[in-house]
Amino acid sequence: MIRNILNFYFEGFKSMTLGKKLWTIILVKLFIMFAILKLFFFHNHLNSMFKTDKEKSNYVIEQITK
Amino acid sequence: MNEVMDLSLVDWSRGQFALTAIYHWLFVPLTLGLSFIIAIMESIYIKTGNPEWKKITKFWMTLFGINFAIGVATGIILEFEFGTNWSNYSWFVGDIFGAPLAIEGIMAFFLESTFVAVMFFGWNKISKRFHLFSTWMVAIGANLSALWILVANAWMQFPAGMHFNPDTARNEMINFWEILFSPLAVNKFLHTITSGFVTASIFVAGIGAWYLLKNREKFLATRSILIAAIFGLISSIYLAFTGDISAKLVGEKQPMKLAAMECLYKGEMGTPLKLFAVLKPSNDTSRLNFPYTKMVIEIPYGLSLLTHDDPKAFVPGVKDLIEGRPEYGLLSAREKIERGKIARQMLREIKEAQQDGDTEKYLELKAKFLDPVFQKNYFSYFGYSFFKEPKNLIPNIPITIYSFHLMVLLGIYFIFFFITIILFSFYGSIEKNKFFLWIMLLSIPLPYLAGQSGWVLAEVGRQPWVIQDYLPTLAAVSHISSSSVQITFWLFALLFTALLIAEVKIMVKQIKIGPKDH
Repeated sequence: MIRNILNFYFEGFKSMTLGKKLWTIILVKLFIMFAILKLFFFHNHLNSMFKTDKEKSNYVIEQITK
Repeated sequence: MNEVMDLSLVDWSRGQFALTAIYHWLFVPLTLGLSFIIAIMESIYIKTGNPEWKKITKFWMTLFGINFAIGVATGIILEFEFGTNWSNYSWFVGDIFGAPLAIEGIMAFFLESTFVAVMFFGWNKISKRFHLFSTWMVAIGANLSALWILVANAWMQFPAGMHFNPDTARNEMINFWEILFSPLAVNKFLHTITSGFVTASIFVAGIGAWYLLKNREKFLATRSILIAAIFGLISSIYLAFTGDISAKLVGEKQPMKLAAMECLYKGEMGTPLKLFAVLKPSNDTSRLNFPYTKMVIEIPYGLSLLTHDDPKAFVPGVKDLIEGRPEYGLLSAREKIERGKIARQMLREIKEAQQDGDTEKYLELKAKFLDPVFQKNYFSYFGYSFFKEPKNLIPNIPITIYSFHLMVLLGIYFIFFFITIILFSFYGSIEKNKFFLWIMLLSIPLPYLAGQSGWVLAEVGRQPWVIQDYLPTLAAVSHISSSSVQITFWLFALLFTALLIAEVKIMVKQIKIGPKDH
């Protein structure tokens, strides 16, 4: 059963024509998004400043009540 | 934190979010609608057994695949932005946003990923009926995965089913079903996916028209045009119906947005509906004067009828909502600001008592804060406390009204567009009418324009709120440098433009190749 499923996907990917170009675009896009943008530009702001939820809560309350 | 904060940071963060959402929404509607059109075409193939329908299905499936591949995951960038640029907001909304987005991720993965593979790789390898089932599951899965983000968006416009925890500064979900089935969420979902159906129908009709103009693929073109026109007509009528419900809900839940989208300054009984208006620029800094319209076409009593089903109903205008109309139960903005300040002050005192270890005071204040009467009369105006000037509670009226009118006019156009195609198809004369074929082809960008206008109306019209009445946009942003937001703005602009160019180029090439060589 699992072998049949794997074969199904393997044959499907192997017989792709336009799909190869599209998969390349998808992989390049995901690489840019996750390996460049997320890693270097999009840190989670609260996670990068605080470790615990308590600290994050205190910070946000301070922000919205000051 | 109040109105004096760095507005350039707020503007760039908003600009970046708008850019990402606009580009994301260039890919999504075609996926939503084309998936159903393909499923209908494949159903016809299974029913008739005619191999021409298989060829038609496979051709549109290829175009669907291109759009799906290029658009997939572009929405994830919005989630990056929540954590980086909108951290106060992300924390404040708590699990309200997290749960629907998590469901979206799981649903998108299991339904779409599994059945998309079967749909593309399964021809001649699995039974025809199971293949058809997979195609329908792709359509249903794609549309259902849109549900969750729209539920989250609707909650921001009409918060429900939650309570605010003053200890954590987070909203906690207390009733999942109230969030999922809020009237705004249900209607927003139906209105949005239907707009995708119309987009795909015009896309299919337009490409079909191109083939007829080139005197190619007649069977594919005429059949595809007819399917698209019937599906598009039903969708566009339903779109108008959900649009009507949407206007009623906006009038009920977001009266300032309704006043802005109609440029209504002073409310009255039996308010007319502006069908078309040209605004005159104004130097009025109070923003409370009468509309500066150069030209207007109105339907008498239209707005009262649209929002209340009663031609004599009172619809409040901008001035009423800012200055208050006690006879209609409308508080003034000043009163709301004062009430919001009381809630904000109490939240501050709760925190201070907790930090000072004054348990008795902390418990007393917290009990008072959570009292339903205090929540209703004070905390529900929490967001107003961030404003000094009531005029800053008014959204950008020209952008709101123009986007509303553009969306509505195009919506009306689409209904007539599909009726005309059906009539031409019925009389068998669509191939001969070159002029109309050109109109069909040139109409392809219009549903995109209408869809974007709808989002501009929804998002600009609800300003200054990121969560209606609870959290203004200026308080939702992270305190990061505005220049870092500018850098990522341009990086996104570059990435998305490249993706869009790639999509158009690959799509055009594939359309030129056509179904024969596919």
